Amino acid sequence: MINSLVSIAFDGLAFAMVLFIISVGLSVTMGLMGFVNLAHGMFAMLGGYIAVSFIREFGVPFLLGAPLGCVAVALISVVLERTLYRRLYGGDELQQVLLTIGLVFMGIAVCTFLWGPLNVQLDVPSYLKGQVDLGFRRFPTYRTFIILVSFAVIIGLWYGFERTLLGAKVRAAVDNQRMAETVGINIRRLFTLTFALGSALAALGGALGTEILGLTPTYALEYLVYFLIVVAVGGLGSLRGAFAASLILGVVDTAGKYYLPAFGAFFIFAVTIILLLWRPQGFYAR
Amino acid sequence: MEQPAYQNPLRTGAIRPAELLPWLAAGSGFFLFPDYLQLGAQILIMVLFAMSLDMILGYAGIVSLGHAALFGTGAYTAGILSAHVGWSEPLSGLVIAGLVAGVVGFVCGAVILYTRGLTLLMLTLAVTILLQELANEQEHWTGGDDGLQGVVMEPLFGVFEFDLYGQTAYLYALAVLFVMFLAARAIVNSSFGQSLRGIRENERRMHAIGCPVYRQMLRAYTIAAVMAGVAGALLAQTTEFVALDVLSFERSGDVMIMLILGGTGRLYGAFIGAPLYMILQDQLAKLSPEYWLFGIGALLVATILYAPEGMLGLTERLRAWATREDS
Amino acid sequence: MSDALLEVRDLSKSFGALVVADAVSLSLRPGARHALIGPNGAGKTTLVNLITGTVEPSAGVILLDGHDITHWPQARRVKRGLARTFQINTLFRGLSVLENVCMAVSERRSLSARLWRRADARGDVIAEAMALLESVKLDEDAQRQVRELPYGRQRLVELAIALGLHPKVLLLDEPAAGVPSTESHVLLEAVEALSESIAVLMIEHDMDIVFRFAQRITVLVSGAILTEGTPAEVGADPRVREVYLGENAELRGGSR
Ligand SMILES: Nc1ncnc2c1ncn2[C@@H]1O[C@H](COP(=O)(O)OP(=O)(O)O)[C@@H](O)[C@H]1O
Ligand SMILES: [Mg+2]
Repeated sequence: MINSLVSIAFDGLAFAMVLFIISVGLSVTMGLMGFVNLAHGMFAMLGGYIAVSFIREFGVPFLLGAPLGCVAVALISVVLERTLYRRLYGGDELQQVLLTIGLVFMGIAVCTFLWGPLNVQLDVPSYLKGQVDLGFRRFPTYRTFIILVSFAVIIGLWYGFERTLLGAKVRAAVDNQRMAETVGINIRRLFTLTFALGSALAALGGALGTEILGLTPTYALEYLVYFLIVVAVGGLGSLRGAFAASLILGVVDTAGKYYLPAFGAFFIFAVTIILLLWRPQGFYAR
Repeated sequence: MEQPAYQNPLRTGAIRPAELLPWLAAGSGFFLFPDYLQLGAQILIMVLFAMSLDMILGYAGIVSLGHAALFGTGAYTAGILSAHVGWSEPLSGLVIAGLVAGVVGFVCGAVILYTRGLTLLMLTLAVTILLQELANEQEHWTGGDDGLQGVVMEPLFGVFEFDLYGQTAYLYALAVLFVMFLAARAIVNSSFGQSLRGIRENERRMHAIGCPVYRQMLRAYTIAAVMAGVAGALLAQTTEFVALDVLSFERSGDVMIMLILGGTGRLYGAFIGAPLYMILQDQLAKLSPEYWLFGIGALLVATILYAPEGMLGLTERLRAWATREDS
Repeated sequence: MSDALLEVRDLSKSFGALVVADAVSLSLRPGARHALIGPNGAGKTTLVNLITGTVEPSAGVILLDGHDITHWPQARRVKRGLARTFQINTLFRGLSVLENVCMAVSERRSLSARLWRRADARGDVIAEAMALLESVKLDEDAQRQVRELPYGRQRLVELAIALGLHPKVLLLDEPAAGVPSTESHVLLEAVEALSESIAVLMIEHDMDIVFRFAQRITVLVSGAILTEGTPAEVGADPRVREVYLGENAELRGGSR
């Protein structure tokens, strides 16, 4: 009993961390530009595929594969932002939804063409396989690794957000765009930058999380809903909110699937509805 | 002196000759493509479904990713009525399914229409997936993953059997679509319909002129729910089967894409978008699913960038351009 | 004071630490022609938002025709005779000018719940809307889409919509902002032609318009009322001059 609770907490935490790393960029960019980017899940997926390819095809070491995926995805995302997204800023959300869904469809088709429809495994190096003993219990090494990396990322994010000039600008702009513009912040440039960073983080989460989420071309749609829930429940542009929402979602989903597998994703959606009705603007509304 | 007309000619309530075209096409389709009547019936059903989405999306401006919840409710109501209750008379089944979907729509709408933007999007999405999970779990009633078997329809009016070629199905769907269309057309051209367009154009101003915006949206949502439910019921009755995907998020997405391709806020957008989408799908998916997915994705992106008002908007623009050249 | 059409008592509102309305009191009798002036950011628009119910006050009471409307929803206030225009055009840009005004007229006549009868068959609504458009010299443009009109002419649509509501109390938020000075007389004439029974509050920066229009003037600075009086009194008040001299320089530099 205790054992399974600990397992659920552990797996839920690992899942939550992946969710957070992927979703946080979406939250910040949506908070910043109000742009509904449904292609965010595709960026995570591409991160996974590109990392796998670097590792498999070019023999890049495991720890280098994911960062390379991040860079590649950041570049792709900036190109898309400059050529397509930009044209719909300030437009209505429906057009943004449809444009990005169109991109997702194309992305899924391309990924199916390149990597096939079946699940692609990330080859984990031997030092991350097996179990580690944390004193009171043994845990899967790779998931422990995910959690540790995520903690490092979160600390980095927190520092960047709270202590750097860029972070201050982003916070100011999310808070009150007009005011930020009047004090001379270039919102567009800021957005491109955060968009690239957010996409890179998504790619990182995508690469790290393949062991938990799997990696098939439909990933881009399948998990999109989760990422959107994190953003909506957490509150647009809020790091703390995204973190809290990821935790709730990760643990509820893991527990639900463990205890009542027949209900599938029932619980997270029930919880989502309740949370959104309780706080329509999310935990940490602007 | 000419009496000033109220609306610009595109939106007037008077019947224009071009409005007969889709009905002529649908009517002649019956004779021209006797081997494709099953597909044809499904297209007509999706036209109805897309038209109901147009009521809320194109007129009231409610961006919902959960319209399949109402379609699915209608489909399962009609299916369960026949398979479990033994109520297999089609017309009354259709009415009951529409009413049930209307009630579900009213209840859901009453809650979600307090919200806007991403929250509304997520709530509509969550409700659909929740219903789908519920349907999946309630295997006894819905057949779960395998779909609901044992739906059998009595002959229409006690006379016309639902045949293998889909002749009855096609004409039945066409007749229901026509009746629903007449109602929808009257509604969107009424003062109520005008008020919905006002909400879409500028919600703040509607509040400021004293419009009970929430109530208007809820009315529209409920009406659209009835229409979506009827569409779902038609699918269940004409195919004598209900698959779990009637409630899927993908179906919500599909119907929205159909509407966008055709053009929103015109009712007739559905008549262009649904056939275009479904025929493309039928043809391209034969080649390979990736081609289809890539094609529809590219078409969507191109539509948003170059023809944001869909095919109908494009033809309107072309016509305006052509007439300007003439004069 | 019970014969006031609109009465605002000690209305307060802050956004976070920023106090935008600080115990504001104001009263409009039937026939009032009242101007509200003050520097940018003084809280004038917010006051209109508070009175019409788009913004919830932190404290204070609003009475309309004797009813306490402080917590009423917006629509109900409008039905009781409270109408406004917006500082920045808030119109149905994709609809025709005539449709814009018909929207207000049919809402006032409570037709918007009617599901079946064609809107374009309602000749009475159309005739009324056309008459309103004539009164602001927009009848020629009735069939054009609002978004095709120059901004200044759109301002007139803004006014016509409000007039279509047959308000008892009309709040005009900088109606002449963005209207070329050669055309602002149309707007003023339309306002001057209004019935003596209704009360009008106008926010305005152009002092010529203010002095031509107003019987009384309230000066708002940093959310609080600096002074209220007749145009002559306010014009002679040294504090107002002080505020306005600083403001005028800024206005010239920053106006678009
Ligand atoms: N919704 C809001 N949230 C935060 N601050 C606001 C909001 N609305 C107005 N303000 C602030 O309140 C102050 C007064 O604004 P406003 O009423 O528009 O002034 P005015 O109309 O007199 O120019 C401004 O500093 C403005 O930035
Ligand atoms: Mg103002």
